[in-house]
Amino acid sequence: MATNHEPDVPANHNEDRRTFLKQSSLLTALALVPGPVVSAAEAKLDERVAEAIEQVPLSLKVNGKKLKLKVEPRTTLLDLLRENLHLTGTKKGCDYGQCGACTVHVDGQRVNSCLSFAVMHDGQEITTIEGLADGDKLHPMQEAFVKHDGFQCGYCTPGQIMSAVACVREGHAGSEEEIREYMSGNICRCGAYPNIVAAIQDVKQGGQKV
Amino acid sequence: MNAPEKKIGAPMNRVDGRQKVTGAAKYAAEYDLPNMAYAVLVGSTIAKGRLSSIDTKAAERAPGVLAVITHLNAPKAPGAKPAGKDPSQPQTVGSALQVFLDDNIRFNDQPIAVVVADTLERARFAARLVKAQYAPEKHQTNLEANKANAFLPTQAKKNPKSGAADYQRGQVDAYKTGALKLEAEYVIPTEVHHPMELQAITAHWEAPDRLTLYDKTQGTMATRRDFARQWGLPEANVKVIATYVGGAFGNALHSWPHESAAIIAAKVVNRPVKLMLTREQMFTMVGYRPYTWQKIGMSATADGKITAITHESIGQTSTYEEFVEATLGQTKMMYESPNLTTRYRLAALDVGSPIWMRGPGEATGAFALESAMDEMAFLLNLDPLEFRLRNYTNQDPEKNRPWSSKFLKECYQAGAERVGWNKRQLKPGALRDGEWLIGYGMGVGTFGAHRGSSKASAQLLPNGTVLLQSAVTDIGPGTGTAMTQIAADTLGLAPGRIRFEWGNSDFAQAPTQGGSAIVNTVGPAVQEACLALKDKLRELAAGGNSAFASAKKEDVVLADTHLTLTGNPTARAPYTDLVKQAGGTAVTVESKPSGEGQKVSMYSFSVHFAEVRVHELTGEVRVSKLISCADAGTIINEKTAGNQMKGGAVGGIGMALMEHAIIDDRFGRYVTKDLADYHVPVHADSPAVEVFFVNKPDPYVNQLGTKGIGEIATIGVAPAIANAVFNATGKRVRELPITPDKLV
Ligand code: FES
Ligand code: FES
Repeated sequence: MATNHEPDVPANHNEDRRTFLKQSSLLTALALVPGPVVSAAEAKLDERVAEAIEQVPLSLKVNGKKLKLKVEPRTTLLDLLRENLHLTGTKKGCDYGQCGACTVHVDGQRVNSCLSFAVMHDGQEITTIEGLADGDKLHPMQEAFVKHDGFQCGYCTPGQIMSAVACVREGHAGSEEEIREYMSGNICRCGAYPNIVAAIQDVKQGGQKV
Repeated sequence: MNAPEKKIGAPMNRVDGRQKVTGAAKYAAEYDLPNMAYAVLVGSTIAKGRLSSIDTKAAERAPGVLAVITHLNAPKAPGAKPAGKDPSQPQTVGSALQVFLDDNIRFNDQPIAVVVADTLERARFAARLVKAQYAPEKHQTNLEANKANAFLPTQAKKNPKSGAADYQRGQVDAYKTGALKLEAEYVIPTEVHHPMELQAITAHWEAPDRLTLYDKTQGTMATRRDFARQWGLPEANVKVIATYVGGAFGNALHSWPHESAAIIAAKVVNRPVKLMLTREQMFTMVGYRPYTWQKIGMSATADGKITAITHESIGQTSTYEEFVEATLGQTKMMYESPNLTTRYRLAALDVGSPIWMRGPGEATGAFALESAMDEMAFLLNLDPLEFRLRNYTNQDPEKNRPWSSKFLKECYQAGAERVGWNKRQLKPGALRDGEWLIGYGMGVGTFGAHRGSSKASAQLLPNGTVLLQSAVTDIGPGTGTAMTQIAADTLGLAPGRIRFEWGNSDFAQAPTQGGSAIVNTVGPAVQEACLALKDKLRELAAGGNSAFASAKKEDVVLADTHLTLTGNPTARAPYTDLVKQAGGTAVTVESKPSGEGQKVSMYSFSVHFAEVRVHELTGEVRVSKLISCADAGTIINEKTAGNQMKGGAVGGIGMALMEHAIIDDRFGRYVTKDLADYHVPVHADSPAVEVFFVNKPDPYVNQLGTKGIGEIATIGVAPAIANAVFNATGKRVRELPITPDKLV
């Protein structure tokens, strides 16, 4: 017996809107045109419809640079950074807000960029790992991660460092225990935790400005 | 000129540290190619049966969609074979699995379509519009229910000397007649590697017969071989780049369905295609540590000498590949036992294939063996460390030959001192701090010190830098850094003058990173390439300066701008002249193991000591101390090696206390789908692991004296924690993970 096991597809407003537009307007006019031409036209139309209703203007300041962008509302801040702005230092480790690999600073606060839509940040200031160093001079937290070998594969590292800087700024790096607690949103599957904690303590105790 | 300080052994910072802390390091999905397209997989929602129909129309019509590929329209790669259709002829793990070849469903979430679009959002949206109908068949996803169908692996049937074959010394199952005996069953659930980088690939057909892959793989050459075969291309036409690999722990030791899918997709749309799995897909199609049932029978004399061990195991595999690992290896050689029996079996289930996960089978086996050792010590009323010392092996009891080196006793002593073993009480539950019960446990690990053959190339650049290249990957241990240190010492140069490049299949041949064998194997090749380069430079210099002609290569000195000789500073050959000579300075050498190692047994050893605190009322377990001690031969870089040990220990905490992938057998589908369901250790779970290295060279493995660290860092950690929990609470947990429900 054949059964249907497809997963639930929630009603999608975009799709509905697009279908409606297509059916009600231009497609009727094109109805008499031969098949292949219709589909080509349909595709073009789709593009235009998508362009018109799917792209939203957005102003951001990323690593000190002012940007005027157009993005789809469903684009996450993480995908905007990685795929559109090619700032791939911010990592995708889960896309569900569970690993911290995508941590960036939004107006100085640490945020999981995968859990936040880009359009929610209009007018805000984003700092990614690429914007942390002062030109060639590494940020003290970056220096400390190198010195204490606070990473192995390096994939969680940008997130750990962005979180670590925030952790110190928030005043949550008072003890090893406190650091562990306030860094627990950043998973390191390589298990470099002891060295990450040592790096953060070093920066905190060194009293450098972060 | 003063020779620079020796770099081997020094705690040097990583050569790629700056890249990693600035976000400049590029991983597989981070190459920006022109006209990039994005692919998203659609997975089956049944575990077994056939795809009776698939409707892709809506997806095809969605905006931005470039192609929807299924078995109905996929181009067939000339070398692609359907996965093990005939169950009597299963493939052994290691060859690429092709997708979209037929309508067979072999596991839940098996890719049935790939949607390609011009943006990730559009591809993801359209993928949800693909509708499939199935003709399901009854599936089996539960190992416990399938133990009766377990079978001897084909490789063991074909070769009785295979490690997977039944092993016997002395009497069969002699423990049964022992006066003092125990019999216990142990279970390790399915665990998933979950490296932080999701599996990803960027596939680019640069010409109809030239393929470039930016891929998450542990072996650039193995991946090249697999896909060259699949597409019927000469290997030289396929290039695999894996400069940075965001962790893998074994799951990139195999070519997986998503890689095939991305390559097909790139072919169809004739654009570079990027495909990154979701965390949910990481459970289903890129391997895992297989659910394994084990049983140990052990007998001993009253004075603590083991008389017999029987160790049996049944591990899970898929219906289309036989995945075999060395679960019973440690039992055969770790302790003196005149009678020893092992039986290794597999049970094939309707799941994706497993793949080696850090410490692989040895870590699974060590959980059972080292727990049983603790149980027996308790029966004997003996300190578990003392019990292990009474059964210490001074030579390999499996192969009856000497160890190449073994300093495990030194490790025992160092670890016991550091953890405060003297505080440990024989009687469980005797130590407490308020509501927290305190316990101590130990677990031993071992792994073969493997060394294969490898090439390395070296050349001098006009500015006096030496460029070394190897196809090897660095998935996190710091391979690039260790190789730089080896080269620096061999050439007498500061590390800043060495540039070691890795992770490209076009570079000198090197093995896949895995099995703790990379420094053992590639290290000697790098060293020999450096020596060959010195000799080559001497030869080139000899043309213009006779002093070099008669010089020995040991006397060749690479000064800042020119070649010279020890004791003869007037001999000068400027680099700018040397590099101009016909043929250039490049040398490539191959380094192979000498036959010497055949006479001895070569293993790395470790012991882990844990102090745990268990909350009396809630059953919460905290690992308060973890000391990992290793006899891994020469340590090339104390800092990175120490980090690797700590990471392995943290992995062991996960294994012991939280990692557990669960399938709902009614649907044959994982119910753990992300990192909120499948727990891995976080900062708060991890103590400041302390590491001790014996750091004595092994005389046999290679000229560097290394033995390998990656696996022994994890093997033995989980039982150390389980044993400590027993010591704290008197509760013996034989089924991992040790979650609070098992303690209250
Ligand atoms: S990718 Fe954002 S938390 Fe994991
Ligand atoms: S360094 Fe690999 S995950 Fe943290």
